[in-house]
Amino acid sequence: MKVKVLSRNPDDYVRETKLDIQRVPRNYDPALHPFEVPREYTRALNATKLERVFAKPFLASLDGHRDGVNCMAKHTKSLSTLLSGSCDGEVKVWNLTKRECVRTLQAHEGFVRGMVVRFCGNSFFTVGDDKTIKQWKMEAPGYGEEEEPLNTILGKTVFTGLDHHQKEGVFATCGQQVDIWDEQRSSPIRSFTWGVDSFSSVRFNPVETELLASCASDRSIVLYDMRESTPLKKVIMNLRSNTICWNPMEAYYFTCSNEDYNLYTYDMRHLDRPVIVHMDHVSAVLDIDYSPTGKEFVSASFDKTIRIFPRDSGHSREVYHTKRMQHVICIKWSADNKYILSGSDEMNIRMWKANAAEKLGVLSPREREAVNYNQKLKEKFQHHPQIRRISRHRHLPKAIYSQAKELRVMKEARRRKEINVRKHSKPGTVPVVSEKEKHIVTVVK
Amino acid sequence: MLRYIILLQFVFEDCTWHFISMSCHMHKLTSGTGRATVEPVKAGMFMFNYKLIPCKKKKKKKKRASDPFPGPAPLPEERLQKFKRREKSKLPNRKRRKLRDVVARSEVVSEMAQKRAAQFDLLLPEEAGFLEGDEDEDTCMISQEDIAEAVDITSGAKYFNLNLSQFGPYRLDYSRTGRHLLLGGRRGHVACLDWQSKQLMCEMNVMESVNDVKWLHSESMYAVAQKKWLYIYDSKGIELHCIRKFNDVLCMQFLPYHFLLATASATGFLQYLDVSVGKEIAAICTKAGRLDVMCQNPHNAIIHLGHSNGTVTLWSPNQKEALVKMLCHQGGVRSVAVDKTGTYMVTSGMDKKLKVYDIRAFKPLQSYFLPAGASCLSLSHKGLLSAATGDIVQVSVSFPPYSMTKPYMAHRVRGTVWGLHFCPFEDVLGVGHGDGFTSMLVPGAGEPNFDGLDANPYRSSKQRQEWEVKALLEKIQPELISLDPDQLCHVDQASYEQKHKERVQALGFDPLAKEKFIPKLKKKGRSSSGNVERRKRQVAHEDQRVSSLDHHQERKKEALSGLRSALDRFKK
Repeated sequence: MKVKVLSRNPDDYVRETKLDIQRVPRNYDPALHPFEVPREYTRALNATKLERVFAKPFLASLDGHRDGVNCMAKHTKSLSTLLSGSCDGEVKVWNLTKRECVRTLQAHEGFVRGMVVRFCGNSFFTVGDDKTIKQWKMEAPGYGEEEEPLNTILGKTVFTGLDHHQKEGVFATCGQQVDIWDEQRSSPIRSFTWGVDSFSSVRFNPVETELLASCASDRSIVLYDMRESTPLKKVIMNLRSNTICWNPMEAYYFTCSNEDYNLYTYDMRHLDRPVIVHMDHVSAVLDIDYSPTGKEFVSASFDKTIRIFPRDSGHSREVYHTKRMQHVICIKWSADNKYILSGSDEMNIRMWKANAAEKLGVLSPREREAVNYNQKLKEKFQHHPQIRRISRHRHLPKAIYSQAKELRVMKEARRRKEINVRKHSKPGTVPVVSEKEKHIVTVVK
Repeated sequence: MLRYIILLQFVFEDCTWHFISMSCHMHKLTSGTGRATVEPVKAGMFMFNYKLIPCKKKKKKKKRASDPFPGPAPLPEERLQKFKRREKSKLPNRKRRKLRDVVARSEVVSEMAQKRAAQFDLLLPEEAGFLEGDEDEDTCMISQEDIAEAVDITSGAKYFNLNLSQFGPYRLDYSRTGRHLLLGGRRGHVACLDWQSKQLMCEMNVMESVNDVKWLHSESMYAVAQKKWLYIYDSKGIELHCIRKFNDVLCMQFLPYHFLLATASATGFLQYLDVSVGKEIAAICTKAGRLDVMCQNPHNAIIHLGHSNGTVTLWSPNQKEALVKMLCHQGGVRSVAVDKTGTYMVTSGMDKKLKVYDIRAFKPLQSYFLPAGASCLSLSHKGLLSAATGDIVQVSVSFPPYSMTKPYMAHRVRGTVWGLHFCPFEDVLGVGHGDGFTSMLVPGAGEPNFDGLDANPYRSSKQRQEWEVKALLEKIQPELISLDPDQLCHVDQASYEQKHKERVQALGFDPLAKEKFIPKLKKKGRSSSGNVERRKRQVAHEDQRVSSLDHHQERKKEALSGLRSALDRFKK
């Protein structure tokens, strides 16, 4: 007779000393792990609830400005430096790790309208209400030295926006027309006009570095190629756009923040309809910045909130607000994809986490695995009603909540009336216009 | 490098010559001539005599180490089948590009995970036990004492008898890890012990008749169904709870992942108790009389009850009626058992038959006749079925195919068998009978490789605490108990009507509706208002006619289906 009875040696299953880690033999046989789906669903529910518990995005407030913060600029080479310009012409350089201001300089008389750091990181440009463009050194002046700009260019009209080329020593300003300047010259090398008297912002494409876009006061967005002599094309919308931002990963997409409480993502090759309409704000959207991954962007609005939108979704995934934060004028997403910096009307710059429930700092491998697993679980079960309800829930200030409800009622009423009109008229007389096409007037080449 | 063929000659004393020819790469030996010869040496000495013969110059081949088995190791088909989850679903149509992309990617990832899990199977440390008789020997003839002598001491010690003849036939339960054993005698004796080290944890007499005993989620608490009420005790024997709502409990089953204790009472009530919060989740009046045959399906947490009219009913706490009612036997049902994967159900009845059903498709598979019928059934993890008749316990090899005429093993115990359970991760069958308790060796019954994170027999107290916390966090809500446990991961596809309704609502009109009939204006006086109205009415009449025909057909169908009883023909 041949017989073998299962007999385990405890030495193989129990640890030798108290200082060892425990032995955990694994067997992935599905028969040993029943109820895979309900257990994972319960874990996903727990992960969603814990995410809401740990969602504390506000990190710090940088205060020191004596007037509202009008514009901000990210340092191209250093993650811990931020520049901000205020409405009284003051420019402050901040160290974000220590959360203090390291340098202050009086740049302009009047508003600082635009700021940008040169691609090398050694100097930065500012434009202001006193019709000047000034270039400054990045290092603080030595002991006893005065704060002097490296270069000052006097213009004829007020400049309202500024952006620098990614690789060459060329920058663009906008005011009454869009000018391309060479750093060595004191007059623009090229000027673009298209029958508009003022432009609000200009941006270089980070990938296709010769392309520019600007927002004009005739409710249009104009695209330019630096090498050409005339603008390329423009799209006219229902209301004016305040700012635009190019997607840093996909060269052909840009998003503009509009006065009609929406943001529009366009493909620059097909301007006749936006790719996505992002709707969630209840007042004019003032500024927008993309995440360096290109998958999300953050928008600052005149209603005192900041919203984070995924690039391909029509609604925001996150909203940040504080009782103390008033109208948010400018916003930046830090280059390490972790922080959002917002400058607002009440002279403060606030630092927020991009992922509200994320633990900052170094994570141990087990923590990281647990975070990844929870993330994947939430993603897998995101459509189930219980989980969707918890993950979408955000507290909103009463004013914004009631305003949002009102806007919804208005939109619903308009839609219902349109449907009724279509129902009671000859079929085909009232065409169905998609939401995307509703906001565009025309495209002009 | 010139290649030379070397002839090796071994020279032996007794002048046997062995020629071994080898080809090898060799550097040029001599600078001058391409040849080198060595004179053969006298016999009597071991020496390598070799003659170098230059070969044709061949191309220089870089000796790259080539893999004789390129690619990943092949996996046997049945092992891959073990880890297979659901079939590949049909991809959505080409227009929904993003969804199609997401589905395709997730399927690729899922397949990779299944392959990796199947590859990991190689690393499992233990192997299942077996028992093979000699050529003329039948395995069922081999006695337990012989097996205990033939195996090592630790395994031999797993065969033992506890002679407890005073307190009646014993019911038993093994904890989930298989480490701890709970015994309950009919006349009130309750004992729990670590059966491998024979350490007694607690022992007492509850002074009442005991109907059933069950471990709760770990070895720290157990439930005893006493004569009147349900009691919960600590592993030290301290009475923790006396639950009066659960009265006349005859059988209990514990659902480990839901932390639910399901009890069947003599009054026909099936009750569920959540032991983590202490609430009664459901009390179902089964209206089927005395419930004393009960079993759980470990795959989907459904309770199977056997009744005296031969039916087996399936229950979930979410419904007041049985989910399924199956007629299994011609007499009463004596015992039910379901296997670990939830595919097969084995029932035995008063008609002395033993039947095997496929529980997923609700089809009978096999039926056997047993001369005396089986009073208790138990299925092991590896698929061995043990059936008890009177005082004989028979174990049969994994099913299907079954062969009850020739069992794998058999053993006679000292009293009538009252409880039968396989130990989870050991090759041991516990038998509770009128004379006490017997632990039998059944090679090949237990799962050799346990998962340390799920049920670890060698866990320390710290590990048990961590496991308990995690298990409580993952506790499945009772609302999710249903026949198909994977219901949550099915793709919800809207039916055609639902989609059409949504489209109508969005557009405001029905794109498929027929256009209103507008009569053509005819000339020569044929288009007077009266004629136009007549034409319109015709179409309307046709429409109505069609609808009235439908209506008439519906009524006819109803009338036909209503023809239930023979007396209907007298009704007008």
